Amino acid sequence: MTYIANTDEQRKEMLKRCGVSSVEKFFAVIPASLQPKSFSIPQGRSELEVHSFFKKLANQNYYNLISFLGGGYYDHFIPSAVDAIVERSEFYTAYTPYQPELSQGTLQAMYEYQTHICRLTDMEVANASLYDGGTALYEAFQMAIALTGRRKVVVDGGVSPIYRKMIYSYATNLSVDFRETVVIHGQTDRERLFNLIDDSTAAVITQNPNFFGAIDDHSDIVQRCHDNGALALQSVNPIACAILKTPGDMGFDIVTGEGQPLGIPLSFGGPYLGFMAVRKKLVRKMPGRIVGRTVDTKNKEGFVLTLQAREQHIRREKATSNICTNQALCALRAHVYLSLLGTDGLREVAQLCLDKAEYAKERLKAIPGIEVIDSPPTFNEFSVRLPMDAGECVGQMIEKGFAAGFPLGRYYSGMEDFLLVAVTEKRTKYEIGQFAEALEDVVCR
Amino acid sequence: MPVIFEKSVPGRRGVRLPESDVPVSSRIDARYARSTELDLCELSELDVVRHFTDLSRKNYGVDTNFYPLGSCTMKYNPKVCEDIARLDGFSLLHPLLPQLRRGGLLTQGALAVVYELEQLLCEITGMDAFTLQPLAGAHGELTGIMLVAAYQKHKKNKKSEILIPDEAHGTNPSSVATAGYSVRVVPTNRETGSIDLSALESVMGEQTAALMLTNPNTLGIFISDIEKISALAKAYDCLMYYDGANLNAVLGRFRPGDALFDIVHVNLHKTFGTPHGGGGPGSGPVGVKQHLAKFLPISRVIKRDDNTYALNYNYPDSIGYVAPFYGNFAVCLKAYAYILSLGAEGLRRVSANAVLNANYILHSLKKDYHTPYPDGCMHEFVLSARNQTKKGVRAVDIAKALIDEGFHPPTIYFPLIVKEALMIEPTETENKETLDSFIEAMIRIAKKAETCPEELHAAPLSTPVGRLNETKAAKDMDLCY
Repeated sequence: MTYIANTDEQRKEMLKRCGVSSVEKFFAVIPASLQPKSFSIPQGRSELEVHSFFKKLANQNYYNLISFLGGGYYDHFIPSAVDAIVERSEFYTAYTPYQPELSQGTLQAMYEYQTHICRLTDMEVANASLYDGGTALYEAFQMAIALTGRRKVVVDGGVSPIYRKMIYSYATNLSVDFRETVVIHGQTDRERLFNLIDDSTAAVITQNPNFFGAIDDHSDIVQRCHDNGALALQSVNPIACAILKTPGDMGFDIVTGEGQPLGIPLSFGGPYLGFMAVRKKLVRKMPGRIVGRTVDTKNKEGFVLTLQAREQHIRREKATSNICTNQALCALRAHVYLSLLGTDGLREVAQLCLDKAEYAKERLKAIPGIEVIDSPPTFNEFSVRLPMDAGECVGQMIEKGFAAGFPLGRYYSGMEDFLLVAVTEKRTKYEIGQFAEALEDVVCR
Repeated sequence: MPVIFEKSVPGRRGVRLPESDVPVSSRIDARYARSTELDLCELSELDVVRHFTDLSRKNYGVDTNFYPLGSCTMKYNPKVCEDIARLDGFSLLHPLLPQLRRGGLLTQGALAVVYELEQLLCEITGMDAFTLQPLAGAHGELTGIMLVAAYQKHKKNKKSEILIPDEAHGTNPSSVATAGYSVRVVPTNRETGSIDLSALESVMGEQTAALMLTNPNTLGIFISDIEKISALAKAYDCLMYYDGANLNAVLGRFRPGDALFDIVHVNLHKTFGTPHGGGGPGSGPVGVKQHLAKFLPISRVIKRDDNTYALNYNYPDSIGYVAPFYGNFAVCLKAYAYILSLGAEGLRRVSANAVLNANYILHSLKKDYHTPYPDGCMHEFVLSARNQTKKGVRAVDIAKALIDEGFHPPTIYFPLIVKEALMIEPTETENKETLDSFIEAMIRIAKKAETCPEELHAAPLSTPVGRLNETKAAKDMDLCY
């Protein structure tokens, strides 16, 4: 199957205008010595064959497990209207809105998306998206280094280990001095963290809820940062923002997060959505596209990409970031999701996650040998200590039809018997009950 | 059109969630609870659907209009690929599942997609190993430069500089700077439109860590001296980086791996037909030769002797994590479906028709516009509005006039080395009728520039808004409703 329309007859006419006898002549600029040594790609297939091939592959995946697996990426309900809107090809077959007159749809949607992110986080300005929650955090600390001229970055141990691995890879050649505190289950260890903050600190990074699910108020950390001339950075779960104290309220300077919970399917790891919001005074150092509202020659309101002097296509090696293509369609998804749910809807989703997670805690507490880590308070995810290896337990739970959670031993040595359990609004009381029974069966056997 | 927040009516609901079925009603401790107002919009489902449908109508996409945006390869995005990415077996799959014990067996279909697509990309580009992790083209560049750094460090080479031609995309110098290297610009030979070899020889030295080339370059010119260039680079242990932005031009006809490139990134959203999404998500897989394979990001997917697939993290020299998981998986899935649909012959037809379509427009317009390289091009070419500027008509005026003719304009003012540049890339999926009407429109505009240039200054007139005041936007910074 190819998607080429022109017929041989048309190609002949076109070649004539170009003054060449065959298409191969155009490729004569490629030296004969550089003809492909091989090009062993299977023969093309019909649409029907391609479709059945992928259906077969898709069915080899265990996507029907009842999921208590989170780790920062959650199985939330996605209303049908999200897909219906995002599948409009006027949105998905467009490119970056360089020509604003014929991109007002994308541009206005991005402006509205920026507004949604600001309202969720209580921040002043947001960009039009970054790749994911981890790369967003990388862009954030780079921004803090550029703004402060300092090179020490203090990272709370409660920040997702996936994000931490990412930011450390990126910083390998950048002489950034990372300091990390140790957090096991609980809230940020103030004493250890404060000891690391001084007048050489560019930024402090925290996460709320943290990787273990613990929620916290980091206002005192922000204060300590500002007293030392450092910037305060926080990574947040956007759904939790509906009911938790917001990063803006705590005084954070730069807020990032993973937008996947906002109507974006899990899709085996992507595409996801990195969001970023900052104080207005920092906007000129912010990475990524930013949409602004302005007027046209007849004073009619419209939207454009703005502050482009920060960007790579203008500033080249002096740009604030190298980002070009970002995750616009995922940002549109998040925006449509938030528009459909609205204030009460999003609050209800958050409340349902909280209540169901609390119910799951109660059920799991009743199982002999299982210790639920119940303090500090959590949102939609919590850890439990099992009387066995958590990896082994998860393996056995799969046979019973459950993705039971994430074994913390994978990232934290010494925590091999801890399991991180996530509960979203999609889980029913019945499923939670079945889960508890299956878990009891596994651990008490 | 009012923003969505203006349409909000307190008390209106779009989505109704199930009543809670658990006997728990918890309250977040006041210390940790949101105390500020949450002010999202309150709308019915139809309100929301109509708002976004209205917005979508204010957009041009490949499905609605010819979109010859140079260097962006705005080809048709096959619908079957969209369908495949939506299959439950892929879209509902949690990325941590294969990291659980024996979890690899739960995701064999998905791991197969990653592994087999990597193999196909190796064969298409002539490289030995690929990673799908980079999430966009520029992200691939950054990953590639991190690989350069890892290699040079491993060889204990002290190198500080990366060479980039002056016609290169802005992401090249920006990625290099982001990764901690300094940029040295190599001029283009204005006669040939190809990199200036003697200038290259004079700037390359022991300090050069890598040379980044896009081939064909952004002028649509194939750099034929590539073997000579690569021999020069090897003499200094300078790595050769191939920016795959223009790979569409040479599919099946030139493989960077055969020309001694060490690192390549490809843009799945350009060459392999995945949609651009209004500015992403894209995908920028990176391929390397064997001597760099050990530095690739983790995790990597391997195929075992029993034909099962598994994740492997055991690469001590790896640069580490560049993405949280296995790349923009759904985008990779679409590209895999695209490659399997076309097959070897189909891919060769892509490059043939992309190059023919571009040459057809070039040869049809060279009488009416200044063409710095009029003899021929690969998949794209650059026109200059320099003749039209004598009448006060600039590239931007031509672009806006094209909008009124029903076309998305070409890329303008890039590459930077051509004054008043209009960079045109038709792609292979456009038919002759469309190309002909585009050519006619361009000629009409050139005539208008002679006879009534002021009409072009007023364009566009057919769009929901006219030319927007960008200075006011940057000054007022109205970025949030």
